[in-house]
Amino acid sequence: MKNKADVVIIGGGVNGCSLAYRLARRNLDVVVVEKGYLTSGATGACGAGIRQQWSTKENASLAIQSVKIFEKLSAELGQDIEFRQGGYLIAVHDSKELEQAEKNVEMQRSLGLKVDVLSPEEIPRIAPLLDVQGMAVVAATFCPTDGHANPFRTTFAYADAAKKQGATFLTHTEVTKLTVRNKAMSSVTTTQGEVAAPVVVNAAGIDSMRIAAMVQVPLPLMPFRKEIMATERLEPLFEAMVISFKDGIYFSQQKEGQIVGGIPIPEERSGFKTMPTFAFLQHMSRTLVRYAPVLRHVNMLRHWTNYYDVTPDARPILGEVPQVKGFIQCSGFSGHGFMISPMVAKLLTDYIVDGKTTEVLENLRLDRFKGGSMNKELSVVG
Amino acid sequence: MRRSIVCRCEDISEEDVLKAIRSGYTDLEELRKKLRIGMGPCQGRVCIQLVAKILERETGKKVGAMKMPTVRPPLIPVSLGTLASEDDEKQG
Repeated sequence: MKNKADVVIIGGGVNGCSLAYRLARRNLDVVVVEKGYLTSGATGACGAGIRQQWSTKENASLAIQSVKIFEKLSAELGQDIEFRQGGYLIAVHDSKELEQAEKNVEMQRSLGLKVDVLSPEEIPRIAPLLDVQGMAVVAATFCPTDGHANPFRTTFAYADAAKKQGATFLTHTEVTKLTVRNKAMSSVTTTQGEVAAPVVVNAAGIDSMRIAAMVQVPLPLMPFRKEIMATERLEPLFEAMVISFKDGIYFSQQKEGQIVGGIPIPEERSGFKTMPTFAFLQHMSRTLVRYAPVLRHVNMLRHWTNYYDVTPDARPILGEVPQVKGFIQCSGFSGHGFMISPMVAKLLTDYIVDGKTTEVLENLRLDRFKGGSMNKELSVVG
Repeated sequence: MRRSIVCRCEDISEEDVLKAIRSGYTDLEELRKKLRIGMGPCQGRVCIQLVAKILERETGKKVGAMKMPTVRPPLIPVSLGTLASEDDEKQG
């Protein structure tokens, strides 16, 4: 096994793999350590959506710039990641939500995003199967360049491209110890041996907490179980992702034809629970057939769970921590790590290789939780 | 050309499986995510044992020692309408 690298990345999800690719392309010697297989954590359980309509500027700009990268990613990586832009339709249920939606749209437009506020009558034009009365909406916002991609294909394509650039992937390998010398990262000990590295990236999803605790860095992450289901394959019915922050539901039709969607159960609390619940199946089915009555005839095939790594402000923790030089955080994605992964990898690569930072990266550092005020992301489900 | 179908739900042949194994996907869960085997209506009842056997042939790792993919509920497809029905008793 390799005993030395420029960068060790802990976690083989979409963020770890995309970062490995970007760093390897800049001629850095990269080792990715993954305790399961690639995509075995939150990436493999994710809802596949790519949304630019956020309430905080950091999330919106990360997502907008990520979409620009996603648009060219299949060509860049040489594999089809099934990226499609069918738009995101966000249901707005009352005047209070409408007020917030209008604020969000104004901020999003200031970043150059094309996004519209639709009247209830205009909604079926986007997705004819929706029942506006059942949804109980007063309006919706729609951004036509939002969309989805296949998280497995995207991660595998990044990993394959990274390997071609010389990156090493150690799957089924656990990190057992991090060694710090003179307040700087020195090495990573794994179940396959020790790798010396001056830079270690913690991209282990909810497990990032345990990794950071090895060097006494507390991360404010909370595990939340998320449940998602997939139906049988159907003919193409609609292209948009439909989402409601009030009801918590989101669903879209994937390329293969299945409808994939999720909703938090009302009694869900933070914790390390993995069992799928019957409460989810009932709550999801009832809400979904209320939104799209025609789907009551459709069979549900599968239902799975995994964790979101949620931060107090629902925004990721990125960048170097002040306590340990070379220890870089890449977690706390709070359920939207997939959609911003292209830009996260770029920002961290610029930081690691060139020492360059940006306003967005600075605003997402771990230190932000020390201050009193918080700029919380409001446009989240669950 | 003759194809030996391994997964009928997703139309995956033995050749597709061999190609994936040979490009480094050597774990049933990885193969499932790469090829979508076990994600169709049969939930892997048709394909997983066949894929495990091919994997044993290719890697030498015994089927009994392999970690089987996580079982996802429900056991058989159920309509959303049935799941959404309010009162189980009255439905009979």
